[in-house]
Amino acid sequence: MARRFDAGYYVSEGFHSIFTHGFMSFAAVCMIVACLIIMGSFTLLAVNLDNMLGDLENENEMVVYIDDSLNEEQARVLQPKLAQVDNVAQLTFITKTAALEEFKSKRGNNALLDDLPEDTLRDRYTVHVTDIERMAQTKAALEAVEGVAWVRAAIEIANGFVLVRNIATGVAMALIGVLLVVSLFIIANTIKLATFYRREEIAIMKMCGATDGFIEWPFVVEGMILGLTGAFIAFFVQWGLYQLVAKLAIQGNGLSLVTMISYSSMATTILAVFCAVGAVIGVGGSLLAIRKFLQV
Amino acid sequence: MVRFIDVHKEYDNGTKALKGVSVRIDDGEFVFLVGPSGSGKSTLIKLITAEIAPTDGRVMVNGFNLNTITPRQVPLMRRTLGIIFQDFRLIEKKTVYDNLAFSMRAIGASNRELRRRIPYVLQLVGLDQKGDRFPGQLSGGEQQRVAIARALVNNPSMIIADEPTGNLDPQRSLEIMMLLERINELGTTVLVVTHEKNLVNRFTKRVVAIENGRIISDGTGGYYHGEKI
Repeated sequence: MARRFDAGYYVSEGFHSIFTHGFMSFAAVCMIVACLIIMGSFTLLAVNLDNMLGDLENENEMVVYIDDSLNEEQARVLQPKLAQVDNVAQLTFITKTAALEEFKSKRGNNALLDDLPEDTLRDRYTVHVTDIERMAQTKAALEAVEGVAWVRAAIEIANGFVLVRNIATGVAMALIGVLLVVSLFIIANTIKLATFYRREEIAIMKMCGATDGFIEWPFVVEGMILGLTGAFIAFFVQWGLYQLVAKLAIQGNGLSLVTMISYSSMATTILAVFCAVGAVIGVGGSLLAIRKFLQV
Repeated sequence: MVRFIDVHKEYDNGTKALKGVSVRIDDGEFVFLVGPSGSGKSTLIKLITAEIAPTDGRVMVNGFNLNTITPRQVPLMRRTLGIIFQDFRLIEKKTVYDNLAFSMRAIGASNRELRRRIPYVLQLVGLDQKGDRFPGQLSGGEQQRVAIARALVNNPSMIIADEPTGNLDPQRSLEIMMLLERINELGTTVLVVTHEKNLVNRFTKRVVAIENGRIISDGTGGYYHGEKI
Protein backbone atom coordinates (compact mmCIF):
# COMPACT_ATOMS: atom_id res chain seq x y z
CA MET A 1 0.00 0.00 0.00
CA ALA A 2 1.41 3.32 -1.04
CA ARG A 3 1.94 6.11 1.45
CA ARG A 4 -0.15 9.14 0.61
CA PHE A 5 -1.11 12.45 2.14
CA ASP A 6 -4.74 12.02 3.18
CA ALA A 7 -5.71 15.60 4.07
CA GLY A 8 -9.39 14.69 4.48
CA TYR A 9 -8.53 12.04 7.05
CA TYR A 10 -6.23 14.36 9.01
CA VAL A 11 -8.82 17.16 9.14
CA SER A 12 -11.60 14.78 10.09
CA GLU A 13 -9.47 13.16 12.83
CA GLY A 14 -8.39 16.60 14.10
CA PHE A 15 -11.99 17.81 14.41
CA HIS A 16 -13.20 14.50 15.81
CA SER A 17 -10.49 14.55 18.47
CA ILE A 18 -11.47 18.06 19.63
CA PHE A 19 -15.01 16.89 20.41
CA THR A 20 -13.94 13.50 21.79
CA HIS A 21 -11.68 15.24 24.32
CA GLY A 22 -14.05 18.15 24.87
CA PHE A 23 -12.91 19.28 28.31
CA MET A 24 -9.21 19.29 27.42
CA SER A 25 -9.98 21.17 24.21
CA PHE A 26 -11.93 23.74 26.23
CA ALA A 27 -9.00 24.07 28.66
CA ALA A 28 -6.54 24.55 25.79
CA VAL A 29 -8.72 27.23 24.15
CA CYS A 30 -9.07 29.05 27.49
CA MET A 31 -5.29 29.03 27.93
CA ILE A 32 -4.76 30.37 24.41
CA VAL A 33 -7.34 33.12 25.00
CA ALA A 34 -5.71 34.09 28.30
CA CYS A 35 -2.21 34.14 26.81
CA LEU A 36 -3.29 36.15 23.76
CA ILE A 37 -5.14 38.72 25.86
CA ILE A 38 -2.16 39.21 28.16
CA MET A 39 0.20 39.53 25.19
CA GLY A 40 -2.30 41.68 23.28
CA SER A 41 -2.77 44.05 26.23
CA PHE A 42 0.98 44.60 26.54
CA THR A 43 1.29 45.12 22.82
CA LEU A 44 -1.58 47.62 22.70
CA LEU A 45 -0.07 49.45 25.66
CA ALA A 46 3.26 49.63 23.83
CA VAL A 47 1.61 50.77 20.58
CA ASN A 48 -0.35 53.52 22.36
CA LEU A 49 2.71 54.64 24.29
CA ASP A 50 4.65 54.77 21.04
CA ASN A 51 1.87 56.79 19.43
CA MET A 52 1.75 59.27 22.32
CA LEU A 53 5.53 59.68 22.18
CA GLY A 54 5.24 60.22 18.44
CA ASP A 55 2.74 63.03 19.03
CA LEU A 56 5.05 64.62 21.55
CA GLU A 57 7.97 64.27 19.14
CA ASN A 58 5.97 66.05 16.46
CA GLU A 59 5.56 69.01 18.75
CA ASN A 60 9.32 69.18 19.19
CA GLU A 61 10.14 71.52 16.31
CA MET A 62 13.36 73.27 15.27
CA VAL A 63 13.49 76.98 14.43
CA VAL A 64 15.76 78.20 11.63
CA TYR A 65 16.55 81.92 12.05
CA ILE A 66 17.37 83.82 8.86
CA ASP A 67 20.26 86.28 8.67
CA ASP A 68 19.30 89.93 9.29
CA SER A 69 20.92 91.00 6.04
CA LEU A 70 18.23 89.15 4.02
CA ASN A 71 14.88 90.80 3.35
CA GLU A 72 11.59 88.82 3.39
CA GLU A 73 11.71 88.00 -0.33
CA GLN A 74 15.28 86.70 -0.05
CA ALA A 75 14.32 84.72 3.06
CA ARG A 76 11.45 83.05 1.22
CA VAL A 77 13.82 82.05 -1.60
CA LEU A 78 15.69 79.91 0.93
CA GLN A 79 12.71 77.57 1.39
CA PRO A 80 13.58 75.09 -1.44
CA LYS A 81 17.17 74.84 -0.25
CA LEU A 82 16.09 74.16 3.32
CA ALA A 83 13.48 71.66 2.16
CA GLN A 84 16.19 69.70 0.35
CA VAL A 85 18.10 69.10 3.59
CA ASP A 86 17.90 65.43 4.55
CA ASN A 87 15.38 64.55 7.31
CA VAL A 88 13.34 67.75 6.90
CA ALA A 89 9.68 66.76 6.84
CA GLN A 90 7.86 70.07 6.97
CA LEU A 91 8.82 73.74 6.71
CA THR A 92 6.73 76.79 7.67
CA PHE A 93 7.88 80.32 6.97
CA ILE A 94 7.16 82.96 9.60
CA THR A 95 7.86 86.60 8.84
CA LYS A 96 9.49 88.81 11.45
CA THR A 97 6.18 90.72 11.77
CA ALA A 98 4.22 87.54 12.42
CA ALA A 99 6.87 86.38 14.86
CA LEU A 100 6.60 89.64 16.77
CA GLU A 101 2.80 89.41 16.90
CA GLU A 102 3.03 85.90 18.30
CA PHE A 103 5.67 87.05 20.79
CA LYS A 104 3.36 89.81 21.99
CA SER A 105 0.26 87.65 22.17
CA LYS A 106 2.10 85.05 24.27
CA ARG A 107 2.85 87.81 26.77
CA GLY A 108 -0.72 89.04 26.98
CA ASN A 109 -0.19 91.97 24.58
CA ASN A 110 1.65 93.82 27.29
CA ALA A 111 1.59 97.60 26.61
CA LEU A 112 5.34 97.79 27.26
CA LEU A 113 5.91 95.83 24.07
CA ASP A 114 3.84 98.11 21.84
CA ASP A 115 6.74 100.30 20.85
CA LEU A 116 8.99 97.52 19.71
CA PRO A 117 10.15 98.07 16.13
CA GLU A 118 8.80 95.75 13.38
CA ASP A 119 12.26 94.28 12.74
CA THR A 120 13.02 93.34 16.32
CA LEU A 121 12.86 89.64 15.50
CA ARG A 122 14.22 87.68 12.53
CA ASP A 123 12.38 85.96 9.71
CA ARG A 124 12.32 82.27 10.50
CA TYR A 125 11.23 78.80 9.49
CA THR A 126 9.79 76.22 11.83
CA VAL A 127 11.01 72.75 10.86
CA HIS A 128 9.60 69.31 11.70
CA VAL A 129 11.91 66.36 11.11
CA THR A 130 11.19 62.82 9.94
CA ASP A 131 13.55 61.09 12.35
CA ILE A 132 14.04 62.73 15.70
CA GLU A 133 17.18 60.64 16.34
CA ARG A 134 19.02 62.53 13.55
CA MET A 135 18.13 65.97 14.86
CA ALA A 136 21.72 67.00 15.57
CA GLN A 137 22.90 66.20 12.03
CA THR A 138 19.87 67.99 10.58
CA LYS A 139 20.59 71.05 12.72
CA ALA A 140 24.19 71.17 11.42
CA ALA A 141 23.04 70.74 7.83
CA LEU A 142 20.49 73.57 8.15
CA GLU A 143 23.09 75.87 9.70
CA ALA A 144 25.36 75.20 6.74
CA VAL A 145 22.79 76.70 4.33
CA GLU A 146 23.88 80.21 3.25
CA GLY A 147 21.59 82.86 4.72
CA VAL A 148 20.81 80.93 7.92
CA ALA A 149 21.91 82.81 11.05
CA TRP A 150 21.44 79.97 13.49
CA VAL A 151 19.16 77.07 14.36
CA ARG A 152 17.43 76.40 17.66
CA ALA A 153 16.81 72.74 18.43
CA ALA A 154 16.05 71.03 21.71
CA ILE A 155 18.37 68.12 21.05
CA GLU A 156 18.49 66.98 24.69
CA ILE A 157 14.70 66.72 24.80
CA ALA A 158 14.71 64.85 21.48
CA ASN A 159 17.30 62.43 22.83
CA GLY A 160 15.14 61.99 25.92
CA PHE A 161 12.17 61.04 23.76
CA VAL A 162 14.31 58.59 21.80
CA LEU A 163 15.59 57.00 25.00
CA VAL A 164 12.08 56.67 26.50
CA ARG A 165 10.74 55.20 23.25
CA ASN A 166 13.64 52.72 22.97
CA ILE A 167 13.25 51.59 26.59
CA ALA A 168 9.45 51.24 26.23
CA THR A 169 9.81 49.27 22.98
CA GLY A 170 12.56 47.06 24.45
CA VAL A 171 10.60 46.29 27.62
CA ALA A 172 7.42 45.58 25.65
CA MET A 173 9.24 43.32 23.19
CA ALA A 174 10.99 41.43 26.00
CA LEU A 175 7.70 40.94 27.88
CA ILE A 176 5.89 39.82 24.73
CA GLY A 177 8.73 37.40 23.91
CA VAL A 178 8.70 35.92 27.43
CA LEU A 179 4.90 35.63 27.38
CA LEU A 180 5.02 33.94 23.99
CA VAL A 181 7.46 31.30 25.23
CA VAL A 182 5.50 30.82 28.48
CA SER A 183 2.28 30.49 26.46
CA LEU A 184 3.85 27.88 24.22
CA PHE A 185 4.81 25.73 27.21
CA ILE A 186 1.45 26.20 28.93
CA ILE A 187 -0.35 25.16 25.76
CA ALA A 188 2.09 22.28 25.25
CA ASN A 189 1.35 21.06 28.77
CA THR A 190 -2.40 21.42 28.32
CA ILE A 191 -2.29 19.51 25.04
CA LYS A 192 0.12 17.02 26.60
CA LEU A 193 -2.57 16.18 29.13
CA ALA A 194 -5.02 15.63 26.27
CA THR A 195 -2.43 13.59 24.41
CA PHE A 196 -1.70 11.48 27.46
CA TYR A 197 -5.11 9.89 27.09
CA ARG A 198 -4.19 8.95 23.54
CA ARG A 199 -0.71 7.55 24.14
CA GLU A 200 -2.13 4.05 23.64
CA GLU A 201 -3.51 5.02 20.22
CA ILE A 202 -0.14 6.50 19.28
CA ALA A 203 1.68 3.36 20.45
CA ILE A 204 -0.70 1.18 18.39
CA MET A 205 -0.17 3.35 15.31
CA LYS A 206 3.61 3.17 15.76
CA MET A 207 3.46 -0.61 16.04
CA CYS A 208 1.34 -0.78 12.86
CA GLY A 209 4.06 1.06 10.99
CA ALA A 210 2.62 4.57 10.94
CA THR A 211 5.15 7.27 10.21
CA ASP A 212 5.65 10.12 12.68
CA GLY A 213 4.14 12.48 10.10
CA PHE A 214 0.95 10.43 9.86
CA ILE A 215 0.57 10.52 13.65
CA GLU A 216 1.46 14.21 13.94
CA TRP A 217 -0.84 15.65 11.25
CA PRO A 218 -4.17 15.19 13.11
CA PHE A 219 -2.55 16.82 16.15
CA VAL A 220 -1.31 19.68 13.97
CA VAL A 221 -4.83 20.17 12.62
CA GLU A 222 -6.26 19.99 16.13
CA GLY A 223 -3.70 22.51 17.46
CA MET A 224 -4.41 24.82 14.55
CA ILE A 225 -8.17 24.71 15.14
CA LEU A 226 -7.77 25.27 18.89
CA GLY A 227 -5.29 28.11 18.24
CA LEU A 228 -7.55 29.86 15.72
CA THR A 229 -10.63 29.42 17.91
CA GLY A 230 -8.71 30.92 20.82
CA ALA A 231 -7.52 33.76 18.57
CA PHE A 232 -11.05 34.71 17.48
CA ILE A 233 -12.38 34.63 21.03
CA ALA A 234 -9.38 36.62 22.32
CA PHE A 235 -9.85 39.20 19.53
CA PHE A 236 -13.39 40.03 20.63
CA VAL A 237 -12.64 39.89 24.38
CA GLN A 238 -9.65 42.17 23.79
CA TRP A 239 -11.89 44.56 21.87
CA GLY A 240 -14.29 44.77 24.81
CA LEU A 241 -11.49 45.30 27.31
CA TYR A 242 -9.84 47.95 25.15
CA GLN A 243 -13.07 49.89 24.76
CA LEU A 244 -13.57 49.75 28.53
CA VAL A 245 -10.04 51.00 29.25
CA ALA A 246 -10.37 53.73 26.58
CA LYS A 247 -13.63 54.91 28.13
CA LEU A 248 -12.06 55.06 31.61
CA ALA A 249 -8.98 56.85 30.23
CA ILE A 250 -11.12 59.52 28.55
CA GLN A 251 -13.24 60.01 31.69
CA GLY A 252 -10.17 60.54 33.90
CA ASN A 253 -8.31 62.60 31.33
CA GLY A 254 -9.44 66.18 31.74
CA LEU A 255 -6.34 67.72 30.18
CA SER A 256 -6.46 65.34 27.17
CA LEU A 257 -2.88 64.26 27.87
CA VAL A 258 -3.74 60.66 27.03
CA THR A 259 -4.78 59.85 23.49
CA MET A 260 -5.68 56.29 22.44
CA ILE A 261 -5.76 54.78 18.99
CA SER A 262 -9.18 53.37 18.09
CA TYR A 263 -9.40 49.55 18.21
CA SER A 264 -11.27 49.39 14.91
CA SER A 265 -8.40 51.10 13.12
CA MET A 266 -6.09 48.29 14.31
CA ALA A 267 -8.66 45.47 14.16
CA THR A 268 -7.42 43.78 10.97
CA THR A 269 -3.82 43.78 12.16
CA ILE A 270 -4.77 42.54 15.64
CA LEU A 271 -6.89 39.72 14.21
CA ALA A 272 -4.11 38.70 11.81
CA VAL A 273 -1.49 38.74 14.58
CA PHE A 274 -3.76 36.85 17.00
CA CYS A 275 -4.52 34.21 14.36
CA ALA A 276 -0.84 33.84 13.51
CA VAL A 277 0.24 33.63 17.17
CA GLY A 278 -2.71 31.36 18.04
CA ALA A 279 -1.86 29.00 15.20
CA VAL A 280 1.84 28.98 16.13
CA ILE A 281 1.23 28.23 19.82
CA GLY A 282 -1.52 25.71 18.97
CA VAL A 283 0.53 23.79 16.43
CA GLY A 284 3.83 24.26 18.29
CA GLY A 285 2.21 23.14 21.54
CA SER A 286 0.74 20.06 19.87
CA LEU A 287 4.04 19.04 18.34
CA LEU A 288 5.90 19.62 21.61
CA ALA A 289 3.27 17.57 23.45
CA ILE A 290 3.34 14.47 21.25
CA ARG A 291 7.11 14.41 20.68
CA LYS A 292 7.59 12.30 23.81
CA PHE A 293 4.97 9.73 22.79
CA LEU A 294 6.48 9.31 19.34
CA GLN A 295 9.69 7.88 20.77
CA VAL A 296 8.53 4.26 20.56
CA MET B 1 12.65 -14.22 8.43
CA VAL B 2 14.19 -13.28 11.78
CA ARG B 3 17.83 -13.83 12.53
CA PHE B 4 19.71 -13.08 15.75
CA ILE B 5 23.48 -13.57 15.70
CA ASP B 6 25.25 -13.49 19.07
CA VAL B 7 22.97 -10.70 20.33
CA HIS B 8 23.66 -9.00 23.63
CA LYS B 9 21.46 -6.41 25.28
CA GLU B 10 22.44 -4.46 28.35
CA TYR B 11 20.08 -1.75 29.63
CA ASP B 12 21.24 1.60 30.98
CA ASN B 13 20.74 0.38 34.55
CA GLY B 14 23.29 -2.41 33.95
CA THR B 15 20.78 -5.27 33.56
CA LYS B 16 22.06 -7.80 31.04
CA ALA B 17 18.84 -9.02 29.44
CA LEU B 18 20.33 -11.03 26.58
CA LYS B 19 23.73 -12.74 26.62
CA GLY B 20 24.80 -13.97 23.22
CA VAL B 21 21.45 -15.08 21.75
CA SER B 22 21.57 -16.68 18.31
CA VAL B 23 18.32 -17.87 16.76
CA ARG B 24 16.77 -18.09 13.32
CA ILE B 25 13.07 -18.16 12.42
CA ASP B 26 12.39 -18.91 8.78
CA ASP B 27 9.46 -17.71 6.69
CA GLY B 28 6.32 -19.78 7.27
CA GLU B 29 7.41 -21.23 10.65
CA PHE B 30 5.27 -21.42 13.81
CA VAL B 31 7.46 -20.90 16.87
CA PHE B 32 6.72 -20.77 20.58
CA LEU B 33 9.10 -18.62 22.63
CA VAL B 34 8.90 -19.78 26.23
CA GLY B 35 10.61 -18.88 29.47
CA PRO B 36 9.96 -17.56 32.97
CA SER B 37 9.47 -13.90 33.85
CA GLY B 38 12.66 -11.88 33.46
CA SER B 39 14.22 -14.46 31.16
CA GLY B 40 14.60 -12.02 28.23
CA LYS B 41 11.48 -12.82 26.16
CA SER B 42 10.20 -9.25 26.14
CA THR B 43 13.64 -7.88 25.29
CA LEU B 44 13.81 -10.26 22.36
CA ILE B 45 10.41 -9.05 21.09
CA LYS B 46 11.37 -5.40 21.56
CA LEU B 47 14.51 -6.02 19.52
CA ILE B 48 12.43 -7.54 16.70
CA THR B 49 10.05 -4.56 16.68
CA ALA B 50 12.97 -2.09 16.83
CA GLU B 51 11.75 -0.53 20.05
CA ILE B 52 15.28 -0.98 21.36
CA ALA B 53 18.66 -1.58 19.71
CA PRO B 54 21.08 -4.40 20.53
CA THR B 55 24.19 -3.62 22.53
CA ASP B 56 26.15 -6.09 20.46
CA GLY B 57 25.48 -8.70 17.77
CA ARG B 58 23.34 -8.60 14.63
CA VAL B 59 19.55 -8.58 14.23
CA MET B 60 17.85 -9.10 10.85
CA VAL B 61 14.05 -8.90 10.46
CA ASN B 62 12.26 -9.51 7.15
CA GLY B 63 15.20 -8.22 5.13
CA PHE B 64 15.94 -5.21 7.36
CA ASN B 65 19.27 -5.03 9.18
CA LEU B 66 18.22 -3.53 12.54
CA ASN B 67 21.81 -2.60 13.38
CA THR B 68 21.87 -0.08 10.54
CA ILE B 69 18.18 0.71 10.11
CA THR B 70 17.35 4.44 9.87
CA PRO B 71 14.44 6.03 11.76
CA ARG B 72 12.61 6.49 8.44
CA GLN B 73 12.90 2.78 7.68
CA VAL B 74 11.53 1.62 11.05
CA PRO B 75 7.83 2.16 10.08
CA LEU B 76 8.45 0.26 6.83
CA MET B 77 9.96 -2.65 8.76
CA ARG B 78 7.07 -2.66 11.25
CA ARG B 79 4.58 -2.97 8.39
CA THR B 80 5.99 -6.44 7.78
CA LEU B 81 4.97 -7.39 11.34
CA GLY B 82 1.61 -7.84 13.03
CA ILE B 83 1.71 -7.56 16.81
CA ILE B 84 -0.79 -9.02 19.29
CA PHE B 85 -0.70 -8.06 22.96
CA GLN B 86 -1.92 -9.85 26.06
CA ASP B 87 -4.19 -6.91 26.97
CA PHE B 88 -5.56 -6.60 23.39
CA ARG B 89 -4.86 -2.84 23.22
CA LEU B 90 -7.98 -2.03 21.26
CA ILE B 91 -9.28 1.52 21.03
CA GLU B 92 -12.41 1.47 23.15
CA LYS B 93 -14.05 4.45 21.42
CA LYS B 94 -13.84 2.84 17.99
CA THR B 95 -15.91 -0.02 16.61
CA VAL B 96 -14.30 -3.30 15.59
CA TYR B 97 -14.35 -2.15 11.95
CA ASP B 98 -12.82 1.22 12.86
CA ASN B 99 -10.08 -0.42 14.95
CA LEU B 100 -9.02 -2.32 11.85
CA ALA B 101 -9.48 0.71 9.59
CA PHE B 102 -7.33 2.76 11.99
CA SER B 103 -4.52 0.25 11.56
CA MET B 104 -4.84 0.24 7.76
CA ARG B 105 -5.03 4.03 7.51
CA ALA B 106 -1.84 4.22 9.56
CA ILE B 107 0.01 2.79 6.59
CA GLY B 108 -1.81 4.90 4.00
CA ALA B 109 -4.50 2.50 2.76
CA SER B 110 -7.35 3.97 0.71
CA ASN B 111 -11.04 3.63 1.61
CA ARG B 112 -11.45 1.14 -1.25
CA GLU B 113 -8.69 -1.04 0.22
CA LEU B 114 -10.36 -0.82 3.62
CA ARG B 115 -13.73 -1.92 2.24
CA ARG B 116 -12.13 -4.86 0.45
CA ARG B 117 -9.75 -6.11 3.14
CA ILE B 118 -11.54 -5.64 6.48
CA PRO B 119 -14.59 -7.88 5.82
CA TYR B 120 -12.25 -10.63 4.60
CA VAL B 121 -10.10 -10.49 7.75
CA LEU B 122 -13.12 -10.31 10.06
CA GLN B 123 -14.51 -13.42 8.38
CA LEU B 124 -11.15 -15.13 8.83
CA VAL B 125 -11.26 -14.60 12.61
CA GLY B 126 -14.99 -15.39 12.80
CA LEU B 127 -16.22 -11.89 13.61
CA ASP B 128 -17.81 -10.94 10.32
CA GLN B 129 -21.12 -10.17 12.06
CA LYS B 130 -19.56 -7.97 14.75
CA GLY B 131 -17.86 -5.20 12.81
CA ASP B 132 -20.14 -2.53 14.26
CA ARG B 133 -19.64 -3.55 17.89
CA PHE B 134 -17.41 -1.68 20.33
CA PRO B 135 -14.67 -3.64 22.17
CA GLY B 136 -16.54 -3.26 25.46
CA GLN B 137 -19.46 -5.17 23.97
CA LEU B 138 -17.30 -8.23 23.19
CA SER B 139 -15.98 -11.11 25.33
CA GLY B 140 -12.25 -11.43 26.08
CA GLY B 141 -11.82 -14.10 23.43
CA GLU B 142 -13.61 -11.97 20.85
CA GLN B 143 -11.50 -8.95 21.75
CA GLN B 144 -8.36 -11.01 21.21
CA ARG B 145 -9.76 -12.10 17.83
CA VAL B 146 -10.16 -8.41 16.95
CA ALA B 147 -6.55 -7.86 17.99
CA ILE B 148 -5.52 -10.76 15.74
CA ALA B 149 -7.59 -9.33 12.89
CA ARG B 150 -5.92 -5.97 13.38
CA ALA B 151 -2.50 -7.61 13.29
CA LEU B 152 -3.47 -9.45 10.09
CA VAL B 153 -5.24 -6.66 8.27
CA ASN B 154 -2.10 -5.13 6.81
CA ASN B 155 -1.06 -8.56 5.47
CA PRO B 156 2.22 -8.85 7.41
CA SER B 157 4.73 -11.57 6.72
CA MET B 158 5.07 -12.29 10.45
CA ILE B 159 2.72 -12.23 13.44
CA ILE B 160 4.20 -11.74 16.91
CA ALA B 161 1.81 -12.67 19.70
CA ASP B 162 2.99 -11.56 23.15
CA GLU B 163 1.16 -13.73 25.74
CA PRO B 164 -2.00 -13.73 23.56
CA THR B 165 -3.92 -16.03 25.91
CA GLY B 166 -2.82 -14.52 29.22
CA ASN B 167 -6.26 -13.00 29.89
CA LEU B 168 -8.38 -15.87 28.55
CA ASP B 169 -9.87 -19.09 29.95
CA PRO B 170 -8.46 -22.45 28.67
CA GLN B 171 -11.19 -22.99 26.06
CA ARG B 172 -10.82 -19.46 24.58
CA SER B 173 -7.03 -19.83 24.74
CA LEU B 174 -7.18 -23.01 22.69
CA GLU B 175 -9.42 -21.33 20.13
CA ILE B 176 -7.04 -18.42 19.78
CA MET B 177 -4.07 -20.76 19.38
CA MET B 178 -5.95 -22.77 16.73
CA LEU B 179 -6.72 -19.53 14.91
CA LEU B 180 -3.03 -18.61 14.94
CA GLU B 181 -2.20 -22.08 13.65
CA ARG B 182 -4.66 -21.56 10.79
CA ILE B 183 -3.13 -18.19 9.98
CA ASN B 184 0.26 -19.90 9.89
CA GLU B 185 -1.09 -22.50 7.49
CA LEU B 186 -2.08 -19.64 5.18
CA GLY B 187 1.62 -18.72 4.95
CA THR B 188 2.23 -16.15 7.71
CA THR B 189 5.14 -16.74 10.09
CA VAL B 190 3.90 -16.86 13.70
CA LEU B 191 5.95 -16.26 16.85
CA VAL B 192 4.01 -16.83 20.08
CA VAL B 193 5.49 -15.75 23.39
CA THR B 194 3.90 -17.68 26.24
CA HIS B 195 4.52 -19.56 29.46
CA GLU B 196 1.37 -21.69 29.30
CA LYS B 197 2.82 -25.18 29.38
CA ASN B 198 -0.41 -27.09 28.70
CA LEU B 199 -1.27 -25.01 25.70
CA VAL B 200 2.17 -25.38 24.12
CA ASN B 201 2.08 -29.13 24.71
CA ARG B 202 -1.12 -29.48 22.66
CA PHE B 203 0.69 -28.33 19.51
CA THR B 204 3.61 -30.06 17.88
CA LYS B 205 5.52 -26.93 17.07
CA ARG B 206 9.03 -25.60 17.41
CA VAL B 207 9.71 -24.35 20.94
CA VAL B 208 12.55 -21.96 21.75
CA ALA B 209 13.23 -21.76 25.49
CA ILE B 210 15.04 -18.80 26.97
CA GLU B 211 16.29 -18.37 30.51
CA ASN B 212 18.52 -15.78 32.12
CA GLY B 213 19.17 -14.14 28.75
CA ARG B 214 20.32 -17.31 27.00
CA ILE B 215 18.63 -19.81 24.65
CA ILE B 216 18.66 -23.04 26.62
CA SER B 217 16.78 -25.25 24.18
CA ASP B 218 15.41 -25.07 20.66
CA GLY B 219 13.48 -28.01 19.18
CA THR B 220 10.19 -29.35 17.93
CA GLY B 221 7.65 -31.42 19.74
CA GLY B 222 6.85 -30.17 23.17
CA TYR B 223 7.14 -27.64 25.94
CA TYR B 224 10.48 -26.88 27.54
CA HIS B 225 12.06 -30.07 26.14
CA GLY B 226 11.86 -32.63 28.86
CA GLU B 227 10.99 -30.23 31.69
CA LYS B 228 14.42 -28.60 31.61
CA ILE B 229 13.04 -25.39 33.04
